[in-house]
Amino acid sequence: MAEVQALVNELATKLRKRKVEGSRETARLTAELLRTVISQQRVTSAALVEVVRDVGQQLIAANPVELAVGNIVRRVLRIIRDGDLSPEVGGLTLVSQGDDGDIVEEDDKPFLLSDAISQTILHPPSLVAQLESKPNLVCHFEGKAADKTPSSWQFKHQIIEGVNDLIEDINTCHELIADQSLELIHQNEVILTLGHSRTVKKFLYAAKEKKRSFQVYVAEGAPKHLGHVLANELTEKHLQTTVIPDSSVFAMISRVNMVIVGVHAVMANGGVIAPVGMNMVALAAKRHAVPFVVVGGTHKLCPLFPNNPEVLLNDMRCPSELLSFGDFSDCMDFSVGSGAALLHVVNPAFDYVPPELVSLFVTEIGGYHPSYIYRLISDYYSADDIVLQQKPAS
Amino acid sequence: MGAQKKGASRASEDPEELARLPLQAILLADSFTTKFRPITLERPKVLLPLVNAPMISYTLAWLESAGVEEVFVVCCAHSKQVISYLENSEWFSQPNFTVTTIESHDSVSAGDALRVIYERNVIHGDFVLISGDTVSNMSLTQVLQEHKERRKKDSNAAMTIVIKRSKPSQIIHQCQLGTDVLFMAIDPNTKQLLYYEDNADHAKGSIYIDKLLLADKSSISLHNDKQDCYIDICSPEVLSLFTDNFDYHHLRCHFLKGLLVDDIMGYKIFTHEIHSTYAARIDNFRSYDTISRDIIQRWAYPLVPDVKFFRDSSTKLERQGMYLVSELGQSRSAQIGPFTVIGNGTKIGDNTKISNSVIGDGCSIGPNVSIEGSYIWDNVTIEDGCKIRHAIVCDGVIMKSGAVLEPGVVLSFKVVIGQQFIAPSYLMVSLLQQPIKQNSDEKLEYVDNSTGNAEISSLTHALDISNGEIANQQQETQCWATSELGIGGAGYVWSICEGGHDEGWRHSVAPIPTEKLAEVIQAAEDDHDGSLPTSDSDSDEEPRDDSYFENEVEATFLRAVDENIKVENVVLEVNSLRLSYNKQTANCAGAVFYSMIKLALESPHNSAGELVQALMKVITKWKGLLKYYLSDIDEEIEVIMKFEDMCLESAKEFSPVFDKILYQLYDHTIIREEAILRWDDEKRDADASDRIFVRQAEDFIQWLREASEEEDEEE
Repeated sequence: MAEVQALVNELATKLRKRKVEGSRETARLTAELLRTVISQQRVTSAALVEVVRDVGQQLIAANPVELAVGNIVRRVLRIIRDGDLSPEVGGLTLVSQGDDGDIVEEDDKPFLLSDAISQTILHPPSLVAQLESKPNLVCHFEGKAADKTPSSWQFKHQIIEGVNDLIEDINTCHELIADQSLELIHQNEVILTLGHSRTVKKFLYAAKEKKRSFQVYVAEGAPKHLGHVLANELTEKHLQTTVIPDSSVFAMISRVNMVIVGVHAVMANGGVIAPVGMNMVALAAKRHAVPFVVVGGTHKLCPLFPNNPEVLLNDMRCPSELLSFGDFSDCMDFSVGSGAALLHVVNPAFDYVPPELVSLFVTEIGGYHPSYIYRLISDYYSADDIVLQQKPAS
Repeated sequence: MGAQKKGASRASEDPEELARLPLQAILLADSFTTKFRPITLERPKVLLPLVNAPMISYTLAWLESAGVEEVFVVCCAHSKQVISYLENSEWFSQPNFTVTTIESHDSVSAGDALRVIYERNVIHGDFVLISGDTVSNMSLTQVLQEHKERRKKDSNAAMTIVIKRSKPSQIIHQCQLGTDVLFMAIDPNTKQLLYYEDNADHAKGSIYIDKLLLADKSSISLHNDKQDCYIDICSPEVLSLFTDNFDYHHLRCHFLKGLLVDDIMGYKIFTHEIHSTYAARIDNFRSYDTISRDIIQRWAYPLVPDVKFFRDSSTKLERQGMYLVSELGQSRSAQIGPFTVIGNGTKIGDNTKISNSVIGDGCSIGPNVSIEGSYIWDNVTIEDGCKIRHAIVCDGVIMKSGAVLEPGVVLSFKVVIGQQFIAPSYLMVSLLQQPIKQNSDEKLEYVDNSTGNAEISSLTHALDISNGEIANQQQETQCWATSELGIGGAGYVWSICEGGHDEGWRHSVAPIPTEKLAEVIQAAEDDHDGSLPTSDSDSDEEPRDDSYFENEVEATFLRAVDENIKVENVVLEVNSLRLSYNKQTANCAGAVFYSMIKLALESPHNSAGELVQALMKVITKWKGLLKYYLSDIDEEIEVIMKFEDMCLESAKEFSPVFDKILYQLYDHTIIREEAILRWDDEKRDADASDRIFVRQAEDFIQWLREASEEEDEEE
């Protein structure tokens, strides 16, 4: 147990220091850590939910801005909850234990739920049903844990399998998204992107490899200027690339056929949290009726709404990315006059782009319209886990 | 498997680390100064809250994130408090980060502390030397790499100091850090530090640099726009150097300057300038204020209140730089202004206004209070109607209703301010009495600091001691009277320390008053003017400069006489002095002659005749030197005038024999006839008192004139 806690602390420290780059890497590390946590636990599913939730809270607290942590924790919780049901139902059908009508109520669902584990498409009504069924399941399982039956081992094995699938999904999401590039990028098109996103990079690479010829405009993405990095990498693959400053996006947008961008997170309403400057790009695209396509793995899918006060949407970064402390040291003069600084530098990391500006989401499981995001959310997350922080109150 | 992957990813973060010694750091948990008194009598400086977190936690968080793996915290004053803080914090349980405390009660300076470390023999390689009051977010990778590369080439590269750029203005230094402008000379190619002066005399308007620096460097750049960040990367030799030189106490005053001056060992110090990252050290109340605000403005990101880097805080950043906790007992009518941090469990009453301030945990602030630009620490009670502007209020202070704190007030722990009491500017109040100033000697201050702190274990105990000790010296500190701090007030008013009011405004958290600022600006402008030769202030300074110059020349000359240095070399040295003091050759001639007379005066003599002989002996011996500067009539006249002056002032013994010496000088063809005649002409219109020596030499001059006339006639 102690070593698990040490691992948790290690990841939490990394998150706290912002040493993990990108939501995919964060998601992968989180999923791997949770897998370790689960494999070390010798408890039943109900307790397992608590343990995972507890670890999840620590990780989320370490960096509340990185929403991918919470997403993965919720995904794993869902796997546990589902795993909870399926072997149980298996037991029901095979051994036909002496359980009464309560269980029979859910007789219509087992195959759907086991489907969910094997990571496929949606299964609409499960949320409400699960909510209702949960308490009785828990008590049932506690009774079952007393005798170490093989099914409990099997149950854990199944969860681990589920988490492994999740990790596999995270690892392969770039390729799966990139596979769809040919459907979106056509011959001689002009694509605009902002900043640097690995998903976008892979997406463009894939189209190039499949002999599509197209041009890319890269907005540099101030203040980090990661667009320069992307432009550099694209030219290595012999893609025709033009770098433009963020401020001239509007001027260039009329020549652009499609905007393809990567984002930080996708919220439950279909809006996105994206690197700063993205809202301007989206507005420009809307004005000129240019499709605004967001590419990103499902680990970026966050079941929270952006107007939720609990969600920390933005990260105010260091002003020195904008201007040098030395050059402006005389503006930062607090000791004259009223003692208030006359210069205040604001350097937000993210923008919020409302759903009406987004044309399409491309995920590893296909393309979706923003209005469809709520369905994906209900597939991937259990309604019980949406608010993870609620636990201390109860 | 997860663990392995994580390990691998960490290794990839610092690829150049080739699995050698872990990076070590020495953290001095004591500043060895008294700038933060009276607060530091009760709590060590490193534990004082800086934006609601102890200063040392900023330093430790930075060290950890910068990849330091082993930190030795040297605790001197209040060591128990520091150790117990560290034990209760998370710092002992961090992965890949070991914190070891080293207690040393008899260390009274940074030098002593480093000697203690050396005795422990725990430092094995290059290490980071930092004091526990430094805030930074710089990356160490580059500076360490530079340091290591230099070490490979040159084993004498003992230290790399980190500097940052700021605008070159005295006002900024004064306003932001409360310190004077720092002058540095750096070799622009190798970044070697050649000269370091942090308390240059501004009145003089000049700094002195050894000309040898210029001798073997192709170029040298002088900076007054750098700030010292007090982060040093040191080689292990630094510790042994401290041990060898037991008189090194202060890192900068003694050690750094010592190394720069000492050319026997040949140790070199280099600089590393940071550009986009932040680093600063809290030296006094003013820099405490400045750095707090820098943190609130997020320059020290990620070391900001809403990022949980060391403690569980639920602080969230709102618009306009307000950092509020989620469970805040704030009245609806209270107004919280921009750039304010409010801690956990603090209650704020109706119609209270707070702006530009930091409020700690668990404070209760009553209605109609106004707080502006102040630092309120934990568990402070402020009753209704109080006004606080630019003050520091420590833990547990109670301010009764209607009390007012004017700018610059410092209230130490648990002081009580009575009803309606108005505390004047720069007032310092503590429950402990001010220690008696025995001596302003630096060393004594150190001793005083540590022992005083070590003894005080509890408040009551301390009060007993101080009452007992100080009873017979009451006139120094005022007694704890109700009138001092209003009705029901508790605490001793401290008289403002050594520097008087001057230091008060310089180092306080309050904004600099307009008139003081005007003075500083005026002074800066004067400085500027002073460098122009035409200005009035220049003429005031001239005589002082002259005497400096003469003394220097005299010292050079005496050395030359003692060591029998060749004339050419002496000429070289005097010339360099002439350049550095911006003098004419005439001044040199005067100064050399002056030194000769001085030398002659010092030689044993009984009568005036012997004196003349002694002087002539010196002059004949060093004729070459004197002649070198006497290429012109003007210079010869200068020598005569100088001699005249000296006969009047410093060398009265010569006055009776003035004419004889003048003749001798003429005889030795040191001074030509024309010069003497011109001198006579110039003096003709002068007052009688000025003509004493002209009259004395009248015969001689007469003779000269006749001789020249004769020559003319002959022609």
